[in-house]
Amino acid sequence: MKQATRWFSKNLIRIYAGLGFTYLFIPVLYTFAFSFNDYRKSNLAWRGFTLNNWKNPCGAPDICNALGNSLKIGLIATTIATILGTLIALALGRYAFKGRTFVNLLIFLPMATPELVLGASLLTMFLNFGFNPGFLTIVIAHVMFCISFVVVTVKARIASLDPRLEQAAMDLYADERETFRRVTLPLLAPGIAGAALLAFSLSFDDFIITNFNSGNVNTFPKFVYISAERGLPAQANVIGSSMFFIALIIVLLGQVVQRKRKVS
Amino acid sequence: MVDASTSAHGDLKLSHLTKSFGDFKAVDDLSLTIPEGSFFALLGPSGCGKTTTLRMIAGLEEPTSGTMHVGNTDITDMRPYRRPVNTVFQNYALFPHLSIFENVAFGLRRRGIKDVKAQVDKVLELVELPHLAERKPTQLSGGQQQRIAVARAIVNRPALLLLDEPLGALDLKLRRQMQIELKWIQTEIGLTFVHVTHDQEEAMTMADTIAVMNEGRIEQMGSPADLYDNPKTAFVANFLGQSNLIKGAIESNGADSLLVNLFGQKVALPRSRSAAKDSSILVGIRPEKFRIQPEGKEMSGNILTGGVISDVSYIGVSTQYQVEMPWGQELIVFEQNDDGVPPLDKGDKVKLSWEPIFTFGLDGSQDANAGSKLIADEEE
Ligand SMILES: Nc1ncnc2c1ncn2[C@@H]1O[C@H](COP(=O)(O)OP(=O)(O)OP(=O)(O)O)[C@@H](O)[C@H]1O
Ligand SMILES: [Mg+2]
Repeated sequence: MKQATRWFSKNLIRIYAGLGFTYLFIPVLYTFAFSFNDYRKSNLAWRGFTLNNWKNPCGAPDICNALGNSLKIGLIATTIATILGTLIALALGRYAFKGRTFVNLLIFLPMATPELVLGASLLTMFLNFGFNPGFLTIVIAHVMFCISFVVVTVKARIASLDPRLEQAAMDLYADERETFRRVTLPLLAPGIAGAALLAFSLSFDDFIITNFNSGNVNTFPKFVYISAERGLPAQANVIGSSMFFIALIIVLLGQVVQRKRKVS
Repeated sequence: MVDASTSAHGDLKLSHLTKSFGDFKAVDDLSLTIPEGSFFALLGPSGCGKTTTLRMIAGLEEPTSGTMHVGNTDITDMRPYRRPVNTVFQNYALFPHLSIFENVAFGLRRRGIKDVKAQVDKVLELVELPHLAERKPTQLSGGQQQRIAVARAIVNRPALLLLDEPLGALDLKLRRQMQIELKWIQTEIGLTFVHVTHDQEEAMTMADTIAVMNEGRIEQMGSPADLYDNPKTAFVANFLGQSNLIKGAIESNGADSLLVNLFGQKVALPRSRSAAKDSSILVGIRPEKFRIQPEGKEMSGNILTGGVISDVSYIGVSTQYQVEMPWGQELIVFEQNDDGVPPLDKGDKVKLSWEPIFTFGLDGSQDANAGSKLIADEEE
């Protein structure tokens, strides 16, 4: 009896986990499956298996231009936001200054503000300053909303960093710069890398703010949204699935590296 | 990267050093000189300001007021990395992302020394952990980490080495071994050691000079023997070893001895050993200085009668008695076990005697138990 209950509770957890993962991954699976669809005008009904979409991912008009823009914007915005955000996090986490609590609060604001509001007011601002919406305005907008996430992520890491390690470095003849380079930065690195990944995925994903501030520059989310009205080409599924697998590989690689470090 | 200040050497001189955290004075007007090349121990109960003192010397905490000098160099406002000082941190503070080898090599590399291998290997050999060079700190036991923390500091051979309870996590055997090792390094290289410890035995066996600290101040400073034989306050008498402190009144003041009335019984002590300010005095006798005999036997020297043994514990080389005196105080007596059998039992009526020269006198206005409770707390 007792054994049966134990067997049941063990398997209950498995069933529950199975259901959970199914729920999470059905959309991904669906996207992946339909990337092999021999679609015509729209990719809603299954018309038969083909590898053509994977052989020719740029086959749909403008899709690879949009993808290229998204990748470029993502990389530039991530780099800038990560550097600036890390510096802000260091200032907030390490130094007591007047108005620190206030700045801490301000950092949360862009995360709490609805994207529609942010996007619309950014556009107003750009137009008022005589900026034509385009590549540059998208980058500026993305940097702005990514910074908050970087600051919050890196600050959490800084909070868990023992200040005595930096003191030990100073005690061992490392000046401020060497201490930062040899101790602070390497210890913060995992947090910074996590923040960068987060920033990139936020930037790559963003549609609402981008749509307001992009002028006639196309990005991947914009492409998907616009063509969804007329019928989404299966190439979008190919690119979507690829992004998913690349992210998966990065995560797995990270795990392997970490495990190796622990063993050696 | 080595500059003149890093190679400064000489006596360490602290003058009126004070550190306040808000209203609380963690270190209170501390002044002392630690001679170059000496082994100096800071001993005191938890929270008395030992770590704070070391952190100020290392430059990791800014003094509220006061100055610090190494030789003629004023180091009060010097950045930590310019000071000729290295620290063994109380919590080790090993760099978790670096291997043990790189941890130990850290200070050498920062000073621009290229060929570090020989020196690092040698010091790892010294702490008996050369086989762990490639591991990360988290893969070491507490005691091993502690030894690496020592190695990381001594490899730099600083003019001044600060050790904040560097042997706290080691078992007794390894601890004794490391004590000998450290003492050897100190004399061999001629470094100045400032060693913080809770362990009075460690302080007594290793240090040339001990400073007993209490509530941010130095209670007393001197050689181990001097502190043990001539404590100047009840705190020191109780904190460094055990003492029997009996309240009394000075009855007559002779040329070189005082006669004191202890609850009706008269005892004598050398005038030179009394720190009493007026007629009120605490008479101090170390437990091993007592002789204990059944009531009725002849005894010489100072004698206290009317005791009843309330507890006997046999601890190998000696027997420890607790004797309740007529005025209610429990005195502690250590007797060497010359024949191996405790000759007296609980409830026996006894008298105690001791030589007058083994008596010390303290100012009678202080609490006779100051400092004794702290030890009992820590040993729990
Ligand atoms: N940053 C700080 N802010 C406020 N109070 C502090 C700070 N650092 C230390 N203190 C206080 O100063 C006192 C002395 O602390 P310190 O660490 O020097 O004690 P310690 O003698 O080293 O004790 P232990 O033997 O337990 O290590 C303590 O009462 C502690 O609470
Ligand atoms: Mg301490």
